[in-house]
Amino acid sequence: MAVFSNELRIVAFLCNWCSYGGADTAGVGRFAQSTDLRIVRVPCSGRINPLFIMKALTYGADGVLVSGCHPRDCHYAEGNFYARRRLETIKHLLPTLGIDPGRFEYTWVSASEGQQWQKVVNTFTGQIHALGPAPRLPESPGFENLLAECKAQGAVKTADDTEQTGGGA
Amino acid sequence: MSINQQLREAIVRVLPEVDMVIGWGPGEDSLHQSPLFMKKPEDVDGFEAGSLSVHNTALYLPDLKGKKIGVVVKGCDSRSVGQLLAEKLIKRDELTIIGFPCRGVIDQDKVAKALADLTNGSIEPGEVRTADFTDEEVVVTAGFEGKEFRLARADVLADKCGRCEYPNAVISDIFVGEKIKTEAKDEYADLAAFEAMSLEERMAFWEKEMERCTRCYACRNACPLCVCRNHCIADSRDPQWLGQANGVREKLFFQIIHASHLAGRCTGCGECERACPVGIPVLLLKRCLSRGVEHLFFYKAGLDPEATPPLMTFEVEERRIKEREWK
Repeated sequence: MAVFSNELRIVAFLCNWCSYGGADTAGVGRFAQSTDLRIVRVPCSGRINPLFIMKALTYGADGVLVSGCHPRDCHYAEGNFYARRRLETIKHLLPTLGIDPGRFEYTWVSASEGQQWQKVVNTFTGQIHALGPAPRLPESPGFENLLAECKAQGAVKTADDTEQTGGGA
Repeated sequence: MSINQQLREAIVRVLPEVDMVIGWGPGEDSLHQSPLFMKKPEDVDGFEAGSLSVHNTALYLPDLKGKKIGVVVKGCDSRSVGQLLAEKLIKRDELTIIGFPCRGVIDQDKVAKALADLTNGSIEPGEVRTADFTDEEVVVTAGFEGKEFRLARADVLADKCGRCEYPNAVISDIFVGEKIKTEAKDEYADLAAFEAMSLEERMAFWEKEMERCTRCYACRNACPLCVCRNHCIADSRDPQWLGQANGVREKLFFQIIHASHLAGRCTGCGECERACPVGIPVLLLKRCLSRGVEHLFFYKAGLDPEATPPLMTFEVEERRIKEREWK
C-alpha cells in the first residue's frame, strides 16, 4: 500500500448491504488502506443520483468511487442494475466537461470481500494520485467579496463605514 | 396547392375535434414567428410553417394534458412528442399530430451575424423589413433604404438541420405533402470537433462560456422534456442542489443537472441553445450524453413511442457494459 503525504479528497458512495459491509470486513481484518477516502453510506447503489457524483466533482472532489452489491446480488433485487446504467451513462459526460473520466469509477464489492475492498481502495487511490489534484473551477464569489466590490464602487455603505468616516448626520 | 394551404385545410378539419391546434404564426418582425394557438377557424389564417418555424410545438403538450390537442410538428418536434409519449407524460388518444416535410429552419443568430459581417455591423437584425426563403437562398431587405442582401441558405440554416435524419414527422395522424428523402447521418461531428481540444482546454472553454450565463433558465423553459416545471431541483431550497451564488460553478452545475436529467431523453431539438440569450452552446453537453446512450443502449430518443426509455429499465447482462477488472 502506498502512503501519500498529500492526501486528496476522494468521495466514496457505498451501499449499506454489500460494499459498506465489505469495507467493514476490511477494517476488522486490518487490511491496510490508503486514507484519502471519505465514505458516504447509502441504502443501495440504486439510491445514488448521478448528480451526487457530478456535484462532488464540480465542487472540489478529486475522485469519486461508487460501490454496490454485485449484479444479481442486490438486497433490493434490482437496484444495482438501474445504477449500472446510470453510472455508465454519466461517465460519458466527464470528458466533455474537461474532467478526466478516470476520476470516477464504480465497482461491486460484497460484504465478505474485505480483501477485494482493500484492492479497490488502493488501486483507485493510486489512480487518483497519478492524476493529481483535480483542476477546480473558480470559487463562487461569497457575500464578503460582493460587499467589498459594492463598497469599492460606492454603492453600499454599512454602519462600520459611517463610524470610520466620523459618523453620519 | 402549397404545403401551407394544405396544412391550413388540415388544421381546419381537425379543429372541431380538438380544443386547440398548436402551430406557428406571425412574430415580432419578418425574421421571427411565434407559436400560434388556434381555437377558431379564423385563427388558422395566420398559420404558416416554414423556415422561421423554429419553436418546438411539443413544449406545451405536458401542461395541456387532459385536453384534446392538435399539434403541427416538424421532424424534430415529432421526436419530442414521441419521447413524451414513451414516458407516458402525455396521452396518445388526446393528440392529433399533423406532420409535414420540413426543409430546415433558419438560425436567426446566424442571419444577424451574416448581416453584421456584410455591413460592418451597421445593420442590426431588428432592421430587417422583409425576408424570403427559397431552397437555395435567404433574401432579406433591411435598413432604411430597404437594401437587399442575399444569403446562402446553407450558411444560415440551424446547426441541427444540417445533420437532420428525420425531416418528416416520425409519428403523425395526418401527413401533409410529400416526404423528403434524406441520406444525412448524424455522426456527432460537432462533438468530435470539440473533442480535438485537450481536457484542460475543454474545462477552460466551459469556464469562459458559462461566465456569460445569467441563470435565466431560458434553456430549461424552452426544453420540451423539462417537465418538472415549478418543481425543478435547481429552484428547490430543501434539498438545495444549487445555491444562489453567482459563480461559474453554479452556472455550469445547472447545465450538468439539465444534461443529466435529459440523458436518454434528449431528442436534440436544440431549443435550449436557441433560447439562450447569450449564445452558450449548451446542446453539446446533452448531445454528448445522447451519443453515450445511443452507443450503450442502442436507443435514440423519441423514435418509438412504445419503447421503454433505457434508463427506466435494465438488462441483467448488458451488451455494451463491460465489468472493470481491479488488479
